[in-house]
Amino acid sequence: MKKELTLFDNPRNVKRFLFIFYGCLLALLLIDPFIHKHGEFAWEDVPEFYAAYGFVSCVLLIFIAKILRRWIKRDENYYD
Amino acid sequence: MDQLSLIIRFPPALLFIGGALLIPLFKGKIKSGFMLALPVLAFWAITDAASGSYWVFPVLDYDLVLGRVDALSRVFGYIFCIVTFLGVVFALNIDDDLQFCAAFAYAGGALGVTFAGDVFSLYIFWEIMAVASTFLILARRTRASQAAAMRYILVHIFGGLCLLAGIILYVQRTGTTQFGLMHLSGIDSYLIFLGIAVNAAIPPLHPWLSDAYPEATVAGAVFLSAFTTKSAVYLMARMFPGTELLIWLGAVMTAIPIFYAVLENDIRRVLAYSLINQVGFMMCGIGIGTALAINGTVSHAFCHILYKALLFMAAGSVLQVTGKIRCTDLGGLYKTMPLTCLFCIVGAASISAFPLFSGFVSKSMIISAAAHNKLIIVWLMLQFASAGVFHHAGIKVPFFMFFGHDSGIRAKEPPLNMLLAMAIAAGLCVFLGVYPYPLYSILPNPVDYIPYTAAHVVGQLQLLMFGALAFCLLILSGFYPAEMRAINLDADWFYRRLGVYFYRFSETILNSLNQTCERIFAKKLTSNLATQMENGAARLVILLMLPVWKTMNFSEERRTQLSSRIETTLRDGAVPIGISVAGAAILLSGLFFFH
Repeated sequence: MKKELTLFDNPRNVKRFLFIFYGCLLALLLIDPFIHKHGEFAWEDVPEFYAAYGFVSCVLLIFIAKILRRWIKRDENYYD
Repeated sequence: MDQLSLIIRFPPALLFIGGALLIPLFKGKIKSGFMLALPVLAFWAITDAASGSYWVFPVLDYDLVLGRVDALSRVFGYIFCIVTFLGVVFALNIDDDLQFCAAFAYAGGALGVTFAGDVFSLYIFWEIMAVASTFLILARRTRASQAAAMRYILVHIFGGLCLLAGIILYVQRTGTTQFGLMHLSGIDSYLIFLGIAVNAAIPPLHPWLSDAYPEATVAGAVFLSAFTTKSAVYLMARMFPGTELLIWLGAVMTAIPIFYAVLENDIRRVLAYSLINQVGFMMCGIGIGTALAINGTVSHAFCHILYKALLFMAAGSVLQVTGKIRCTDLGGLYKTMPLTCLFCIVGAASISAFPLFSGFVSKSMIISAAAHNKLIIVWLMLQFASAGVFHHAGIKVPFFMFFGHDSGIRAKEPPLNMLLAMAIAAGLCVFLGVYPYPLYSILPNPVDYIPYTAAHVVGQLQLLMFGALAFCLLILSGFYPAEMRAINLDADWFYRRLGVYFYRFSETILNSLNQTCERIFAKKLTSNLATQMENGAARLVILLMLPVWKTMNFSEERRTQLSSRIETTLRDGAVPIGISVAGAAILLSGLFFFH
């Protein structure tokens, strides 16, 4: 019998994972002012531009998706 | 002359299609060996060929060119052979000749389209692809897959007919069957564009993809994901580079499917929408048309085929061993399927363009090209789409399949050949991500793009990781849309629902028209006519004779007796000849004098 991997069942592991994750996020935020961006657009040089854009994009995405769902969701057997 | 050099002189497309016909003759290990050898031989044939036009067959007034080899077609030829090999390894344990024959015919069609130098052979291979791929859907042998296959082939017939119409008009206009760069002017180019657009799944012509691919077999989906759309990408790159319309179509094409992908329940449908999104990047790159953009498109197509096949293989493996493929039914599989989970994560990281994976070195070229050309809105849309891709394909697919809520399913890893295929694909994704130069060296234009700059790596990591943060927060706050068993309406509503209404409407009208006509013409009118014909002659004679008998003072009884005798005689046709002749003579002379 194989021993079940309880990797993420263990709350301590989940906490560790989230800790590493938040740590990476912080590192990315802190390193940003030290990177020379030779971007094509002026706003790329704004600090933490990509972080903000990524975050806002995803939130907007979910928001619009939820609104869209209200219009287009149908029962599984709609076409039958 | 040794045997192998003879094969190299064959177009690789014919090698595959011919091979497809021979597959059912083999069994067991010989069959496996044969099927694995075919893509290797085809790959070898392409590496051997220098640029030029080969296998030219003059037919009637035109030349059929089966081997137009240059940098563009060679890259696509390579990746098609590689993915065929991977697909065969993945499918080796499946005992279904139909799928293998269909897959090889399909791959052969794709190779044929890639190396076709004239429009007629292009069309023939195009249709071979359409028909063969339908069988990969039909091979699932369920009611839903039959219906999906029917819709699939109808859409592709429509696309093929548009292409054919465009081709015929093109040949008529230019007098030649050779094709190359084309501009969107004149109806022939628009029709060809439309025909290719159907295969490329440009919205609103895209629903066939999200409808049919989830209904395909486990292995069939791997093949399907590679050929139809990418051969359309190749054709667009060959014929319509720099067309501004494509930039906008591509940008919109990256945006729309990600909303659907977030909402969908069936994992393979999520992957199908994700496919449309990625092809949108390629269309956009073709539209921009600069050397960097075309390089980006071609390298993206190369990498995309690999990681999309990997993702479909992972999803297919889960479907194979658990029998389930919906987010609502899955979760917690990382415990018993760690390898599949790992390979899925590699595929997910590749599609998201995570640094060190293949998407990072390819997709970024397209975005860079957009920036160079100062296409602000397009650039913003593409970045939005990149963040979105990470969301639905990078996170959602592995999360809901392998992590998420524990579904209680404890399935084992899929068979060794499936794991091996996934391992090779994952290895290639990582290899190309870390060392892209073998890929860069076969691109059509010289590459002076450096993917690993600090700015680029940090920027991309920020985009992706903060998108992931958004995902975490939305899940934890409960705002994330729940996975539920439902379907979402797409553009195919128009022909699936409206089409049904139109059918019912015309059916009611036409059927009632039919019934009314039957009642009037078939039943009443003809029977009336027949009765008239039967008694008409007798009635006429009696009518004529009645005044004569009255003047001769015949009694009522005598008149009735004579009438019935006349009726009987005329009905039985026993009229004496003399009377018939006299009657005919009177009639004819009447006609003669009064015409």
